[in-house]
Amino acid sequence: MSYLADVVTLTRKDLLLELRARDTLPAMLLFVVSTLVVFRFALPEGADELAAQGLLWVALVFTALLGLARAWAPERESGALEGLVLAPTDRSAIWLGKSAAVFVFLAAVELVALPAFAAFFAPVDLSTVAGVLLANIGICAIGTLLAAMAAASRTRELILPLLFLPLAIPLVVGGVGASVSEEPERFLAFLGLYDAVFAILCWASFEYVVSE
Amino acid sequence: MPLPSVISLQAVEKRYGRKRALLPVDLELSHRSFLVVTGANGSGKTTLLRLLVGLAAPTRGELQVSVERGRLGYLGHEALVYRDLTALENLDLYGRLYRVPERRERIGMLLERFGLWESRRERAGSFSRGMLQRLALCRTFLHGPELLVLDEPFTALDAEGAALLDRQLAELREACTIVLSTHEPKRVEHLCSDRLALT
Repeated sequence: MSYLADVVTLTRKDLLLELRARDTLPAMLLFVVSTLVVFRFALPEGADELAAQGLLWVALVFTALLGLARAWAPERESGALEGLVLAPTDRSAIWLGKSAAVFVFLAAVELVALPAFAAFFAPVDLSTVAGVLLANIGICAIGTLLAAMAAASRTRELILPLLFLPLAIPLVVGGVGASVSEEPERFLAFLGLYDAVFAILCWASFEYVVSE
Repeated sequence: MPLPSVISLQAVEKRYGRKRALLPVDLELSHRSFLVVTGANGSGKTTLLRLLVGLAAPTRGELQVSVERGRLGYLGHEALVYRDLTALENLDLYGRLYRVPERRERIGMLLERFGLWESRRERAGSFSRGMLQRLALCRTFLHGPELLVLDEPFTALDAEGAALLDRQLAELREACTIVLSTHEPKRVEHLCSDRLALT
């Protein structure tokens, strides 16, 4: 119970920080909407609906990357990560709290992005929504860990996409598959399995990312 | 009977790549000791203190600190607080994570003592360097640590703040083990039981 209480405390702290600073969520919202607008004009008239589904996932992954790049900024600016690392909480709770906060930001972005996609391109079905939610879990789990690793580097803006994008490919494959396939259940199951495996790996390895 | 060691270092050394950050150090510190660490800039004071709290690992040697992580109080060069949270919110966050009993009363008492009560609802980012140091001291003392590791704690404090810290250290002297690095060893001479001069 105390582990969960720590996770809730840390997530609430991140949401409060975003509410104060408002420097991540508005940027993510603006980015995803403007990307969809650009895609709307870039896609030729009469283009396949399947291509548009692919573009939705491109927009979502790059928007997530934008949020992840800022995920550890408050800790980096004031050295607060060391304060958290010294606290008697399980260090994986720091990762889980941050992942949960990033999930909330991403879900908020998708609340705008999916209706915008439906207005510009094609209706969004239930399997796409399920795919997006499952992919979010993977993006947050892996992305938060990689962002913490990159945060320690001077070239963090370069390193994060290089580490994150290859690992996001299976999520895009699963997400696009869930959106366009006749049998979305198979792709949703794949996303669920990918999430479970990587969430466990990230949960177990965060300790080593934040300690020397 | 001698008191058991709280800190034991045997030939502890730290390197960052080829750069030697700390020359081999041997040290035994018993419960309720007050160690003052001195040395020129770059002699390894901060490195030693970071090793003691577990923020860095030694390259060579054996290091043992027989105090749980939750019973350590560390004051570093940075305040380790969130700049977009208020003083109250920052201390509340740490109070929750350290499971401080009667958290609100304890936070109120510390803010009052360190002269930050009036500024408790202001963001830490708007604080002066001295106020930030006072907030960092509140964070360090919040959970009643058993081992205090203070890296140049008088930095940025005005005369009143430094006197407050003097009083706090004198109070804690009998209750916990203290390791303090400073360029003004005379200031804590009357409190200290051990000295370590790094070269």
